[in-house]
Amino acid sequence: MATPVIELRGLGRTYPGPPAVRALRPADLAIDGGDYVAVTGPSGSGKSTLLHLLGLLDTPTEGSYLLDGVDTSELGDRDRSALRGRRIGIVFQSFHLLPYRTAMENVLLAEMYNQTPRGARLRAAAEALGAVGLGHRLDALPTTLSGGECQRVAIARALVNRPSLVLCDEPTGNLDSRNAAALMKLLDELNAAGYTILVITHDAQVAAHAGRTIEISDGVLSERMDAGHA
Amino acid sequence: MRSPGIGLPPPRLAARDAAAEAIAGIVQRPGRAVLTMLGTVLGVGAFVAVLGLTATGAGQISHQFTVLEDTTVTVEDNGPANNVAPPGANPAIGFPADADAIADHIDGVAAAGVWWPVTLPDGEDIPVTGSLALSATASQTASLLAASPGAVAAMGLSMVAGSPLSAYENDTAQHVAVIDTTTAAQLGISAARLPSHPAVFVDGVAFTVVGIYRSAQRVVTDGSAMLIPETTALADYGNPQPGIGTQDEAQMVIATRTGAAQAVARQIAAAELPTDPSRLVVTSPPNPQNLQSEVSGDLTGLFLILALISLLIGAVGIANTTLVAVLERTEEIGLRRAVGARPRHIAAQFLAESTALGTLGGLIGTCIGVTIVVMFATAKDWTAVLNPVYTLPAPLIGSAVGLLAGAYPALRAARTSPLAALRHA
Repeated sequence: MATPVIELRGLGRTYPGPPAVRALRPADLAIDGGDYVAVTGPSGSGKSTLLHLLGLLDTPTEGSYLLDGVDTSELGDRDRSALRGRRIGIVFQSFHLLPYRTAMENVLLAEMYNQTPRGARLRAAAEALGAVGLGHRLDALPTTLSGGECQRVAIARALVNRPSLVLCDEPTGNLDSRNAAALMKLLDELNAAGYTILVITHDAQVAAHAGRTIEISDGVLSERMDAGHA
Repeated sequence: MRSPGIGLPPPRLAARDAAAEAIAGIVQRPGRAVLTMLGTVLGVGAFVAVLGLTATGAGQISHQFTVLEDTTVTVEDNGPANNVAPPGANPAIGFPADADAIADHIDGVAAAGVWWPVTLPDGEDIPVTGSLALSATASQTASLLAASPGAVAAMGLSMVAGSPLSAYENDTAQHVAVIDTTTAAQLGISAARLPSHPAVFVDGVAFTVVGIYRSAQRVVTDGSAMLIPETTALADYGNPQPGIGTQDEAQMVIATRTGAAQAVARQIAAAELPTDPSRLVVTSPPNPQNLQSEVSGDLTGLFLILALISLLIGAVGIANTTLVAVLERTEEIGLRRAVGARPRHIAAQFLAESTALGTLGGLIGTCIGVTIVVMFATAKDWTAVLNPVYTLPAPLIGSAVGLLAGAYPALRAARTSPLAALRHA
């Protein structure tokens, strides 16, 4: 059996107080390559905590997190940064594009720290932008792009290193319904192309696209077994 | 390697990328960058300008001195300790009769001789003290100077006609004179008329003009003057009045070879007057090197402090702006961390940015400083002197300021938690 992309073993996160907050209670979870998982839950339920832990932006206070079979809790900053750069792509709700840089430069940013030769970087960035349908807007500044286009640039940036895991944090939160629908279609296509996708959302319509739905409430993870496609 | 198992190279920020990010950071906010650089520009500009102006000024001073004054030594007769002359008469001059020949024996002396301004006896019809009314075809006022042949040689006359006073004319106390072109022109004595032995009259006594000079290197450099043999002056007008400050004391003018003035000055008094060398007061040119460093020391000290203050203000400016940039760009920092940057890469980026700002400021400041020096020198018709040892590395002062100023903000940036940064937006 193939190694799961993500394997959580009693992973938990408590923010030190006072008063201490148990944002994520110890949880076990396995996500296989090619899975499309939605994590839903109300505000303050621990969705963001889970995202930060999965994105290696935060460290757990208990348990362990295996990414591609590597126990990340054993790693130092150097290796965690390397994994963050190469194996994880994060799509943020508010895009987080650098306003003064072109679409191309924003995508190239994700390759800056991983020792790829410049020529290969440029090719990969152009290819990633092409894959999200922005091959014609490489030199556009984010200020001249629509919200939907900005989010596509952010997705291209997340994909450019061909990560094992694409984390999306409320990807449609800042988009109108038409753009949101187009974006969900894009995520479906990416999943069909083999990407492992984890979407954090409180939107049932978004969650309906995923093959698996995990609910989180008061820091407790529970998988909804009756999940199905809309 | 703490974990050889992850199979990924460690994240790295290439120098080229760091530089590109730094430049992009500056170019994005050009107005702010200019204001931030101002302190550094002023500081480095002041530094370059001060050193350049000092070197230019000192170079000019030393230039003037080396040309002529560095080869001139003067010896003045301060008179005997006790006045031994009979009442109403001046004591004998302190220089021996063969003063010129003694001086010539000193190594480094090119020409030397005794001279003094001649004062006519009181009660005569003299318009100006120390000057004489000459009368021939017209009248003209000129200084009357007694001079030995050696003194005439040391004065370095540029003759237009005739010859300087000769040893024969001096030995035989001839009534001959050498006059300057202005006096000659006023009296209607042209160079062409010299063979017909024209005369000038001083207090009714005729002196045959044997030479006309255009200019001189020493003593008679400006104003009109008439030179007569010292023996003639002694015979006709008596001893000169000794004592420094009377303006009429006998003096020796010595033209030396270049660089020999100091050595000649040390020997001349004892050589001329072994029995009472202190009667002769020797003046040698100021050592140009001392003069130069004196000027440098005085001016440079003050202005370099000002330059330093400007640099300090520049550093604070850069530190402040970089800190603001760090706080403004927490989102960017978080994003970079999310795509694999390590804290050191974040620090390197902000350090590169502040250093680039400082370097740019340093470059602009150096250009301004050099321009100031060149314009000043041009206006003064001087030669601009810029020491490449100080000027070329001057932009690096800006770099150092930028690097130091960026240290704290860069540290702050590196410590920014990616989580806090991403929540920021």
